Amino acid sequence: MTTLYAEAFERSTRNGGGKGPAALVARRRAAFDRFASAGFPTTRDEDWRFTPVAPITRVDWRLDAGRLDAGGLVSAAQLEPFRFGQPGWATLVFVNGRFSPELSHRPELPAGVSVEPFAEALARDPEFVERSFALVAEPDATAFSALNAALAHEGAVIRVAAGADLAEPIHVLHIATAEAAGAALQTRTILSVGQGARAQFVESFAALGDGASFTNAVTEVTVGEGAWVEHSRIQRESESAYHVGLTQVEQGRDSHYRSFTLAMGGAIARHDLRARLGAENVECLLYGLYLGRGDQLVDNHTVIRHEFPNCRSWEVYKGILDGRSHAVFNGKVFVTPEAQKTDAKQTNRNLLLSDTSRVDTKPQLEIFADDVKCTHGATVGRLDEIAFFYLQSRGIPRDEAKQILIYAFAAEVVTEVASVPVREALDRLVQERLGIRA
Amino acid sequence: MLEIKGLRASAGEKEILTGIDLTVKAGEVHAIMGPNGSGKSTLAQVLAGHPAYAVTAGTVTFQGQDLLDMEPEERAQAGVFLAFQYPVEIAGVTNAYFLRAAYNAIRKARGEEELDPIDFLDRLEEKLAVVEWGPEIMQRAVNGGFSGGEKKRNEILQMAVLEPALAILDETDSGLDIDALRIVAKGVNALRRPDRATILVTHYQRLLNYIVPDFVHVLSEGRIVRSGGKDLALELEARGYEWLTGQTEGAVA
Repeated sequence: MTTLYAEAFERSTRNGGGKGPAALVARRRAAFDRFASAGFPTTRDEDWRFTPVAPITRVDWRLDAGRLDAGGLVSAAQLEPFRFGQPGWATLVFVNGRFSPELSHRPELPAGVSVEPFAEALARDPEFVERSFALVAEPDATAFSALNAALAHEGAVIRVAAGADLAEPIHVLHIATAEAAGAALQTRTILSVGQGARAQFVESFAALGDGASFTNAVTEVTVGEGAWVEHSRIQRESESAYHVGLTQVEQGRDSHYRSFTLAMGGAIARHDLRARLGAENVECLLYGLYLGRGDQLVDNHTVIRHEFPNCRSWEVYKGILDGRSHAVFNGKVFVTPEAQKTDAKQTNRNLLLSDTSRVDTKPQLEIFADDVKCTHGATVGRLDEIAFFYLQSRGIPRDEAKQILIYAFAAEVVTEVASVPVREALDRLVQERLGIRA
Repeated sequence: MLEIKGLRASAGEKEILTGIDLTVKAGEVHAIMGPNGSGKSTLAQVLAGHPAYAVTAGTVTFQGQDLLDMEPEERAQAGVFLAFQYPVEIAGVTNAYFLRAAYNAIRKARGEEELDPIDFLDRLEEKLAVVEWGPEIMQRAVNGGFSGGEKKRNEILQMAVLEPALAILDETDSGLDIDALRIVAKGVNALRRPDRATILVTHYQRLLNYIVPDFVHVLSEGRIVRSGGKDLALELEARGYEWLTGQTEGAVA
């Protein structure tokens, strides 16, 4: 298995992966070596206990899919449903992992704001890419992210200069087409927000057709001092696809970062979200919603590291599981001895709609400071019969009452999205997926 | 309008209603009183179709229809409304959405046209006035973080919007301060019409100062042990329930 990846790495190094600053090239090689020596995780690894990745790791994926000709595979009209009716948003489109200039929209942005595909950013400012790539993301966070560091040559590099205020979200849209079946797509996105800036990002992972592709995505986010960032991640790939993602966030002093993660695609979909509160007075809000049906396996792992005093983290992840779907939630909150006055709350709630769906949830607090306020809790339950009766007693038929209650469960986190157009888009998407009549 | 004959109902193994007979005619207000545990809330909930209770004997006819054979939503669509003793919080659904969904579900069931959000809001305004609320309450989640009094007022608002033929209020007065009690009474009185009826389930006589009943019934151990006019409530206020039930309040509470 490793031979496949080793060959791909050598090939990629020859075909342009050797480009860029020497430190970057060396970092890719080091990442590959780490991947090669550690190998893919198995269910014997605590972090992957409930998520067997054998269906991903035993496949001989095509690793040169980035060279699939992206032009012409997708028409602008086919892309429309994924744009949320927002043609004006700066949007970078990647088709099967490859940047599509034709489908992307790059309007004029405020001074100091750049939205570029990886290769362009590397050519224009190699020094910036070198000091941003695979450093925020702990290079060895997972075997998948190490593999990504070695192989990813595509993705978005977005820089928002100090003090900039973006009125509209920037959208990074990944589309997998039927041609991506059997291909592994490695993408790397860098979001860098300067001091005091305000920005909203949307990352979408979507599919046309139901091909079994494998997306291995890493996103590195740097939130500067006093900056405000909202980051929505929408994973709506094909239900035959495999998706492994890592989002790593580094927050500066007085900054506010809020994320919303929607996971509803993939046969196996795993997302790791790791936030390091690396200075004082930081606020970090993580909201998540995962929807499983059929035989889907959806896994969310989050890690919040409180390393400085007076920081607040607030996390709410909710899941709705139907069919034989299986969800995994693992949330760790670390509070180091320095992080006094930490205020951390973590909640995971799950709604089972079938007898055959299942959830493994594990919220964890590891606290080494003594003057903190930290709570966590997890629930797994079914629709409340009394709530059903309440709605029925007002004339609402049971089927409709069920829809309302399911939607209500989801809406409780969707409403936390601050950006109105993003919230409305997510709301529609969730309703559509849950089969709810608006 | 409503005719209850020999109604018996159980929760699990425990029989709570042991034979209720009651006739409510259009235009009437009936107060159902009784000590804690006498079955008065159960009666209210059984009429609305609460799933926790099994009817084991008897019949209930509502406007000529077999009420017990109907789903809870069909009862509501036919014009039965229960103001809950413990209104349910539904996070994630706004009051506006909930009320419109209910209103339209009932209209749809009656073959009437559904109202769009704008027209519905117009209609809502006058109903909000009944409970002395501004429109901002409509954007809050259903009963989400409401005080006890606010929840009861919200029940009255729902009742005002849905305009049921038969309103059943299950201890809507308990735990209310005097202002909230006045608002609840105003809502009920605003609904009074010759073609509608009200059943007030209450523990105390206090509410009956504001909503004057035509009949008062006392429940004990799951059946009506005394019926009378509004003076019966005053007598209960003065003498307690023991003289009718043979038990002290403490023993049944």
